[in-house]
Amino acid sequence: MPAVSKGDGMRGLAVFISDIRNCKSKEAEIKRINKELANIRSKFKGDKALDGYSKKKYVCKLLFIFLLGHDIDFGHMEAVNLLSSNKYTEKQIGYLFISVLVNSNSELIRLINNAIKNDLSSRNPTFMCLALHCIANVGSREMAEAFASEIPRILVAGDTMDSVKQSAALCLLRLYKTSPDLVLMGEWTSRVVHLLNDQHMGVVTAAISLITCLSQKNPDEFKTCVSLAVSRLSRIVSSASTDLQDYTYYFVPAPWLSCKLLRLLQCYPPPEDGAVKGRLVECLETILNKAQEPPKSKKVQHSNAKNAILFEAISLIIHYDSEPNLLVRACNQLGQFLQHRETNLRYLALESMCTLASSEFSHEAVKTHIETVINALKTERDVSVRQRAADLLYAMCDRSNAKQIVAEMLSYLETADYSIREEMVLKVAILAEKYAVDYSWYVDTILNLIRIAGDYVSEEVWYRVIQIVINRDDVQGYAAKTVFEALQAPACHENMVKVGGYILGEFGNLIAGDPRSSPLVQFNLLHSKFHLCSVPTRALLLSAYIKFINLFPETKATIQEVLRCDSQIRNSDVELQQRAVEYLKLSSIASTDVLATVLEEMPPFPERESSILAKLKKKKGPGAVSVTELEDNKREGGELNGGSDRGPDTSAMAASNASTPSPSADLLGIRSAAPVGAAPASAGSLLVDVFSEAGPAAPSAAVNDDGFLRDLEQPTETSDSLLVEGSGDSDSAPPSEDPAAPLPEADDLLNKFVCKNNGVLFENQLLQIGIKSEYRQNLGRMYLFYGNKTSVQFASFTTTVSCPGELHRPQLNVQTKPVEPLVEGGAQIQQVLNIECLTDFSEAPLLNIKFRYGGALQNLTLKLPVTINKFFQPTEMASQDFFQRWKQLSQPQQEAQKIFKANHSMDTEVLKAKLLGLGTALLDNVDPNPENYVCAGVIQTKGQQVGCLLRLEPNAQAQMYRLTLRCSKDSVSKRLCELLAEQF
Amino acid sequence: MRFLLLFSRQGKLRLQKWFKTYTDREKKKVIRDMTMLVLARPPRSCNFLQWRDLKIVYKRYASLYFCAGLEAQDNELLSLEVLHRYVELLDRYFGNVCELDIIFNFEKAYFILDEFLMGGEVMETSKAAVVVSMEEADTLQETMEEYMSKPAY
Repeated sequence: MPAVSKGDGMRGLAVFISDIRNCKSKEAEIKRINKELANIRSKFKGDKALDGYSKKKYVCKLLFIFLLGHDIDFGHMEAVNLLSSNKYTEKQIGYLFISVLVNSNSELIRLINNAIKNDLSSRNPTFMCLALHCIANVGSREMAEAFASEIPRILVAGDTMDSVKQSAALCLLRLYKTSPDLVLMGEWTSRVVHLLNDQHMGVVTAAISLITCLSQKNPDEFKTCVSLAVSRLSRIVSSASTDLQDYTYYFVPAPWLSCKLLRLLQCYPPPEDGAVKGRLVECLETILNKAQEPPKSKKVQHSNAKNAILFEAISLIIHYDSEPNLLVRACNQLGQFLQHRETNLRYLALESMCTLASSEFSHEAVKTHIETVINALKTERDVSVRQRAADLLYAMCDRSNAKQIVAEMLSYLETADYSIREEMVLKVAILAEKYAVDYSWYVDTILNLIRIAGDYVSEEVWYRVIQIVINRDDVQGYAAKTVFEALQAPACHENMVKVGGYILGEFGNLIAGDPRSSPLVQFNLLHSKFHLCSVPTRALLLSAYIKFINLFPETKATIQEVLRCDSQIRNSDVELQQRAVEYLKLSSIASTDVLATVLEEMPPFPERESSILAKLKKKKGPGAVSVTELEDNKREGGELNGGSDRGPDTSAMAASNASTPSPSADLLGIRSAAPVGAAPASAGSLLVDVFSEAGPAAPSAAVNDDGFLRDLEQPTETSDSLLVEGSGDSDSAPPSEDPAAPLPEADDLLNKFVCKNNGVLFENQLLQIGIKSEYRQNLGRMYLFYGNKTSVQFASFTTTVSCPGELHRPQLNVQTKPVEPLVEGGAQIQQVLNIECLTDFSEAPLLNIKFRYGGALQNLTLKLPVTINKFFQPTEMASQDFFQRWKQLSQPQQEAQKIFKANHSMDTEVLKAKLLGLGTALLDNVDPNPENYVCAGVIQTKGQQVGCLLRLEPNAQAQMYRLTLRCSKDSVSKRLCELLAEQF
Repeated sequence: MRFLLLFSRQGKLRLQKWFKTYTDREKKKVIRDMTMLVLARPPRSCNFLQWRDLKIVYKRYASLYFCAGLEAQDNELLSLEVLHRYVELLDRYFGNVCELDIIFNFEKAYFILDEFLMGGEVMETSKAAVVVSMEEADTLQETMEEYMSKPAY
């Protein structure tokens, strides 16, 4: 056979390709290509109609040019023409071009789809296969729309050729992956499942991929496949190596099919039917047994195929996690592979063992291999194998071996590949924390980590060590001593300086008794690092210095000297300059008592999930850290944080807030930090005052804090259209005349109207509801506009307004007249509601709407956007009055506070507009911090007036807010706080 | 399988097949990362590595690297044999295949791949079956007229 050109050799193409290959430079190549493009363009544009062969040749040249990495902007039409050729090779090249160079030109797509349609219905199997390949290669949504309903028919039709069935199955799989909503198996399900029984092994091989994917999404509909798969697998496993002829691969019977069958079974729990299960266990045992038999061939292909099945069987055993015998055998088998001379097998064994380590049956068995794994970490030549070994050590770590594993990982870090260092650091930090019994060990480990791999220690890691030291009295002295020693190294990492600055600033007094670490020695040591550090670290050190003045009055003069020098007090960095100025003032003006109060020791941090774990999760993507591991850590982390039932001393918290801005304040919580916007110290007593009254900031932060877990568990709500929902109801159950439960999104719709009075409340394919409303004192009037969006009449249109709690204690009085029962297509009707607020309320009134559309009853309930704030009267007041009133409303239940993440833009103008829309007066020049907003208003009800004060503190850096409300009535504070927390 | 790339030791791309929709930018990025990662590996390293959320399986045959990106549930060892089977198919068709065959008959290399894999899944594992359909296709060009005039079934 000719080496250069085979089949229908296209000479012109071969010549062109060798020309390109002979080009000496990139420029020459481009020149040659441009020449060819011009030639092809002129041929395509020429008057003379090209014959099929030439067209094919030029299209092929274009394809070649494209694959070289050049843009192609013409020739699509010629390629599409080739599709309708009845010469196989022309058609084939046309399809190849389309598959590689598809573009979304709609005109072209229509033509392509037409050609495909013709080929699919041609009953010529080779043409059908080409068309199916093209659909699968392109796999776009347009293709799915055009063919998703046709292909299942081809797949299960009795007279379809085997090769076409194979293509159809995988083509459908591809479409299902891109557009699952368009591929509806429904009636075909059982016939597709029975393809598992097909005579033709190739058909089964192709179909099973489709069935596996469908089973993952709809396990119940496809569950009959389990017993079929088991019997098919059993036949293959028990067959001799030559039984399956061409489906035997290097003496291994049907390895692809076997693996796919084992993969399919992993979509299901162990079979319930005893006989099926027995047969399957037998298969798995046979596979494990075969691994011990001498190989039938020395070729690597033989062992690869055989071991591929073995690994897949082990995956299934791990997935079932219910057969202790098999699990232990699997673990032993992997243990053998750990020492295999084939690197590939060692790699895979380490990988599989990682999953095995999380099973309670095999965790102990995995642990017996610890020495081998540590050895792998030390001696493997290949970094990807070492990475797997590190992963496995992490997975097999528990209390019994933590010290050994952490020590090994630390020593490996010194020489570890740069690409995996950061992850290793996180893992060491997590393990050290999780399994720390002795906290001095924990502190040593983290400081070692910073020393060995300081550059890879992220903020989360050093934040965490400080959180833990602060929360554990018993380790503070040790931490201070150790970090002091570590800082004595001539070159130490900046992260070490940060930890040192923080710890000595807080607990330096614990080691000050020793003359070798006297206050001045400590200070000089820290300050010797100052000039080598970045701005944030210097800022942190300045905070440490002011703490030193408080802890050790004898250092005051020295430190003031430092603060006073030009490089501090006139520093070009605003943050540093500000701190230097303020700390200097604070230290010279404030009395010792004030200083001691402001700089009191940090209160314990609220218990929270380790931020490091969150970081690792983020790094590895969701799913990398199992949920159990998370919970585990949370539990153990709690233990470690110590009993935090002692409520944090809020004034100290406020004071430390004021004294240690940004970097150190971040420590308060990466997610739930109290806003730190307030200008430190200089704001003086007023600020401290306000903060100290701001009540239980920390507990609410702690509540907020399980956000990580909540985020994980929260199901994402599907936004099914109401139409589908409604008609679905009428299919399955007789329509109920009772008002439906409020829509799941009713609260969200309501929230949109808290700060505005007019707009579209609700819309689906049938109906639009608009609202206009106005309020005065305790009265309101609301106009509702119901628009029929269809061209069909709505019949029996009724609306009902009901107020929750109206039977017991009326809070609202809502009056309206019934609406016209008929709404013509395209028409809009109006309804007026008169609303009276009798007393304050929390639940919004419900609006139920019922009508018949094409015979089906539509029944939906919304919340009417009548909220307590609608009855606000704005109240202007001066700063002095505001704070006086604020203090008067000082009972704990009168205040409601929330710290939450910004959901919308934090732009000033937007915030102002929202607060004005709320109905309160927005007070300027009241809050000492111009970033904050304060508002005042009186809620008018029939029975009483409720005075309300509001304070909103944005923290743009953290993208967080703290919202505080104080009202003369506690239920109002609570409700307003809930409503407003959704607005920003 | 998400993609299959063939490139030379010099990093020249010889074949690219994408089983999932990638934008041109993403494709360029994948190609660049793969050639860099794989070509930098010392000889006799293991054939697998992790790249983002994908498992990469590669093998060198003479001057050409075959490199596949796998999803989490795919079997690495068997994918290695997918690459081998593809090489066997090319070899059977071209007869002692070399890089030049794939350069000059790139379209055939794509056609053979299509007979073997579809949407990233193995479609036909029988070597005979694939070879037969390729040879049929080659004869078809001469006899298509004749073929078309015959009743289809």
